[in-house]
Parts: sequence; C-alpha cells; structure tokens
Amino acid sequence: MGLERVFADEPAFVPYVAAGDPTYEESLEYVEALERGGADVIELGLPFSEPIAEGSTIQEAVVRSLEGGMTPDRYFEFVEDLDVDVPLVCMTYYNLIAQYTHPETGETGPRAFARRASEVGIEGFVVVDLPAEEAGPLREACDEFGQDLVFIIAPTTKGERLERMREHVSGYVYVQARLGVTGARDDVSDQTEESLARVDDWAVPKAVGFGIKTGEHAERIVAAGADGVIVGSALVDIVADGADPDVDQPFPETVQRLESKARELKEGALAGAERAAAERSD
Amino acid sequence: MSTDETFGEYGGQFVPESLMPAIEELTEAYERYVLDNEDGFMDEFRRRLADFGGRPLPLQHAESLSDRYDTEVYLKREDLLHGGAHKLNNALGQVLLAKYMGKERIIAETGAGQHGTATAMAAAHLDMPCEIYMGETDIRRQRPNVFRMKINGAEVNPVTTGRGTLKEAISETMRDWATTVETTHYVIGSVVGPAPFPAMVRDFQAVISEEAREQVQEKAGRLPDSVLACAGGGSNTMGTFHHFVDDEDVGLYAVEAGGSSLEVDEAEGVAPNSASLSTGDEGVLHGARTKLLQDSHGQIMESHSVSAGLDYAGVGPELAHLVDEDRVDAVNVDDDSALEAFHRLSQDEGVIPALETAHAFGYLKEHHDELGDLVIVNVSGRGDKDLETVLEETEKRDLDVAPDMSVLRDAAGSGGDL
Ligand SMILES: Cc1ncc(COP(=O)(O)O)c(C=O)c1O
Repeated sequence: MGLERVFADEPAFVPYVAAGDPTYEESLEYVEALERGGADVIELGLPFSEPIAEGSTIQEAVVRSLEGGMTPDRYFEFVEDLDVDVPLVCMTYYNLIAQYTHPETGETGPRAFARRASEVGIEGFVVVDLPAEEAGPLREACDEFGQDLVFIIAPTTKGERLERMREHVSGYVYVQARLGVTGARDDVSDQTEESLARVDDWAVPKAVGFGIKTGEHAERIVAAGADGVIVGSALVDIVADGADPDVDQPFPETVQRLESKARELKEGALAGAERAAAERSD
Repeated sequence: MSTDETFGEYGGQFVPESLMPAIEELTEAYERYVLDNEDGFMDEFRRRLADFGGRPLPLQHAESLSDRYDTEVYLKREDLLHGGAHKLNNALGQVLLAKYMGKERIIAETGAGQHGTATAMAAAHLDMPCEIYMGETDIRRQRPNVFRMKINGAEVNPVTTGRGTLKEAISETMRDWATTVETTHYVIGSVVGPAPFPAMVRDFQAVISEEAREQVQEKAGRLPDSVLACAGGGSNTMGTFHHFVDDEDVGLYAVEAGGSSLEVDEAEGVAPNSASLSTGDEGVLHGARTKLLQDSHGQIMESHSVSAGLDYAGVGPELAHLVDEDRVDAVNVDDDSALEAFHRLSQDEGVIPALETAHAFGYLKEHHDELGDLVIVNVSGRGDKDLETVLEETEKRDLDVAPDMSVLRDAAGSGGDL
C-alpha cells in the first residue's frame, strides 16, 4: 500500500510535467509517452500563477498551461482522461488547495481538494510551499482518503527540523539535490550525497530531484544511494521545444523524444542500482 | 489576539522547505536583537535612524488644507526621511540585522523603487553588497529611483515575467533567496511574507506612530480623531497605526488604490485596482495567508494602480486581521482622485507627495466631513520619482486642479522625453 510500493523492487524514475502544457490534448499524449518510457510514478503539476520555487523552464510551462485554460477542475478531468497505470502525485502550491471548492459537496479547502483528487485516483501530493508546520489540515485529509503527503528535504534542512519532518513524511521523501529553484543542470550536485546521508536511516524511499538531466546523472544518483530520481525541467524543455502556438496537436517527434528521454533516465537509474550492488559486493 | 506569527487566521509561514531554516534563524535573530535589544541592536538602530535617517521627523500643521476642509490636518512628514520615503526605517533595520546575523549579501524587491533605494542606501551605509529585483514596468515608470539604486552601488535586476510589477519582483527575489539563503538576507519591503517578516517590519516602521502620537499630544493637546495612510503591502499603514491601535477612539483608515475600477476581469485574470483589503479574498501568497486579489480558482490576479508602490495583489496579514476586527477601515480612491490630490497638495502646501501618498489625500478630500476635527495623514514619501508619470497621466485627463504643463512639452521638443 502507498507509494512506497513502487520503489520496492528497483529504482524508480519519477518524471514531472505540468498538466496542460502546452495544451490539454498534447499534454495527455506527453504524459502517456513518459509512462511508455518507463515512469514509475508521475508527478503531475497543477499550475499556480506564482511558482516561486520554479526556474524559468517550469515557470514558462505554467504560463502556457494557464493560458490554455487550466484550472483545478480541468486538472482533475485531465487525470480522468489520462490513460496510464502508474500512480499519480499532484504537485502544486497551497493556495489552489486552500481555495478549492468541491463541485458536488460544495465543501472548500484541503479536505475538499483531497477528496476530489482521490475520486480521480491521485495517490499523493507534493505541495511546494507547505512546510510540515502548516501541513496539518492537508495531512488529516490525506489520512482520511488514504493518500501520501510527500515532503521535500532541502540541503538546508538539518537538526530538529529534519526530525520533525521525518514524523510527517509518507510515500517517499523528496530529497532536493541542490539549493535553489528547479532547472536542468549539466552536473550532479556535490550536495546530493550529503543530503542522502542525512535521511539514510529513514523508513521511506528516497527520491532525488532538482537539476537531473541525463541518464548518466540518474545513474550516479542511484549509485549514491537514492531509491529514485525525479526529473522535471529536462522533460519540460522537450515539451517547450515542441510547443507551437498554432498547432494543437502533439508532434510525433516530441512524443518520441519524451519517450526516449524517459527510457534513458530509467535505464540510467537501473544502471546506478547495478553499480551500487557491484560496489557493495566488492 | 495574536502570537505575531499569526494574526487571527492570517499570517504563517508558507514557503519552500529550503527557506524554512533561514526563517527560523531570522525568527531567533528578531527575538534576540529587536525584541530583547541584545548587543544594543535597537540602540544602534535608533542612533542610525537619527544620524543617517534624519529622525525625528516633524508633524506639520497643514494650514491650507485645514482651512479648506475645516478640519485640523496634520502631516506626518516621512517624505523627509533620508531617501524620501518611510521605507528607510525598515530597510535600515533589516540591513543592520543582517549584519548582526553575519550575513554577507543583501537582496530586495521593489515596486516604486523606494524600498530598493532605501535598501541600496542602507547597504552602502553599512557596507554590504546589494542586488535589487524590479519589474520591467516599474523600471520604466520609476526611472529616477533606478538611477539612485545604481548610484548607491546596487545591482538592479529587471524582472520580465507577468506584468513586470511588484508581485513578480517578490517571486523572483524569493527564487534568488532559495539559492543563496545561507549567506544572503532578503530585505522584504513591507509587512508581507512569512513570519517573522510582518511583525518585524511593523516594529521597524512603528517609529512613525510612536513619534506622531507624542507630537500630536504636544501640538494639539489630544489624540487625533482619525489617522490616514495609504496601503500597498501595508508597512506604511502598520507603522502609522501601530501606537494608536489601542486608542479605540482614534479612527484608522488604510487607503488602497482603487485603480480605474473595482470591477475585475475574471477571464483575463486582471483586477484594474490594487484594493486587496477592500475586495480581496483570503488566500496564501508569498509566504503568508492573507487577503488577495485572486480568481475563483486561487490564481493570483494582476493588479493595477497608477502608483507602482501600491500595485500589489496582496497585503500584510496583520492589516487584514485588523480590518476583519473592524479596528481599521479599508477604503480606497481611484487613480483620478489620487492624481488630483497630488496636484492639490503640491499647490496648497508646497509638499509634492508620492503618488502612493496622494491616495490618502484623495480620501481626505472626499471624506473630510466624516473624519472628525483632528486628522493626521502620513506623507509616506515624496513625489520626485513620479514626475514623469504625473506628466503623462495628467495629460490623459481633464483635471481642474492640474497646472498647464505645456512648457515642459515645448522645452522637451516634439519627441517629448523628459
Ligand atoms: C512612498 C510610498 N508610500 C507607500 C508605499 C506603499 O507600501 P506599503 O503599504 O508597504 O508601505 C510605497 C511603496 O513602495 C511607497 O513608495
């Protein structure tokens, strides 16, 4: 039960894309391509107008999606329209959750949001601007609807805070590989191993994200002890390349590129696990 | 009533995890240095506010306005603070605190450029490197302040996202902070953001009402009937109101920018005003739960005001709370009224106010009958920075009170750039 299950047998590849980027129809195909490429869990972004933790790649994706009319209810429809079997995690910012009104019950706020999400099959949440201290109401709703609340551990998270978060986290812990905002990078941060070491004895799987771009990055990160890799901007860059304001059709090349990028990242993660196993047996 | 982390249901700390340790560190520093005056921090702050800032500042009896409105009007002259606006009170406090905390670098956002200017000045004064984020639209309409920031040695980083105003500049500064948080202090420019910023900025600005309360008793022999201040993020209002909040008979008026209309365009996500207290709904933005201009889904709207410093979709959580408690009246005036008040104050009193400040005088003009016999208006800043905008906006309108500006147009030639 819970998102832990997808990390049990082999390292997980966890892609992020913004739902509805660049358009609703294209986005459906792109998410499905990620699954074909090997995604184990998909973090599906629900776009917020002020994405303060996002670098320019995802910021622009958010603008494209919002301009295409994405709203929370449209997002839930999107999830229903998606044809994927892997679990979905909703990644968003707290105001959209706080403001949400359930279309049938009329209830508003975190419980209404979690209920609606569970109705469409969303299994967990990452809420970028919701630290453990403020998470009470959403945590309760998640417990009620059997969902996981994933927390991000930053390179700055240490000491008492780390302990407090350990009590709150479920599903997996999102280990932020470097300080700063999202965005693909050309190297793997030295902070990664140190960050992983800090959560080494936690009972939940550890997924590392922020800056990962290539299969080789994924391999190094899993070899360093991660149970999964989270990749957003490197995929969104491919979506952006194929975004044409005049065409509301997924480009076959873009679908292809996303699928093969996903495969590269998944294979990198698998290679990392082999490397770690080999090092252990040495 | 509040723990100062939250104000009723408002406030809190809604930020990415990478910033949380810095916020805990700041909370501790705020408690030690500001609240407990450890290492004489507050003494040094007061001394620098006096020597560098020019405090105390006068509470001036405004003779023409008093005659015109048949009400005793007093002006609290924050425009005379070094840099030309109340913003230095906070900027100096925070840059000094960053120094005490051992931080190496200062970043800030700015709308009108007044906070950026004040921060750049304080950073130069205290020998700290400084970078300022400012929306492109605001860079265009507040050029004199961009010059001043640069001349004081600050980097000015243009922000091109969204409409290029204060909201986007705050988001961008938070992005920088998320990367550099270990060495950098973010000098937030108003009583907004995650706790402890709203309480701390209020404490630094409270010197305004501390002085005004004493001065009015000295000059008029009693407390005022009403106190008016314009509200963008709300630092000017909270500073001007703080020491009057317990005086239940003193009416407190937060004057917001009504822009061109209080109606909103939901489909476009645009509010042609910045009246988040008067028309906004509760939500979470930039680290706090507060009143916001947002659509029915929770997306933040683009706001509008003729004055860059009021052009923000949110407002401080404490102010939102005081409005809910009926302790503060949230009111607003539109762009036209603010412009008219700008000209009237300049001609009647020889005080050229910031366009932000002019909103408070617009309200005074429209409602002086309801404000009692003794009114204090905070002159939050001076208007030098706004002269280009005033020229442009005045030409678009038919304002009785505006002077004929054609001499400027003729002198500037047909290309007309001042
Ligand atoms: C002169 C002046 N007054 C008022 C304000 C409004 O800001 P706040 O309400 O945060 O004090 C500004 C902001 O830049 C300003 O420059």
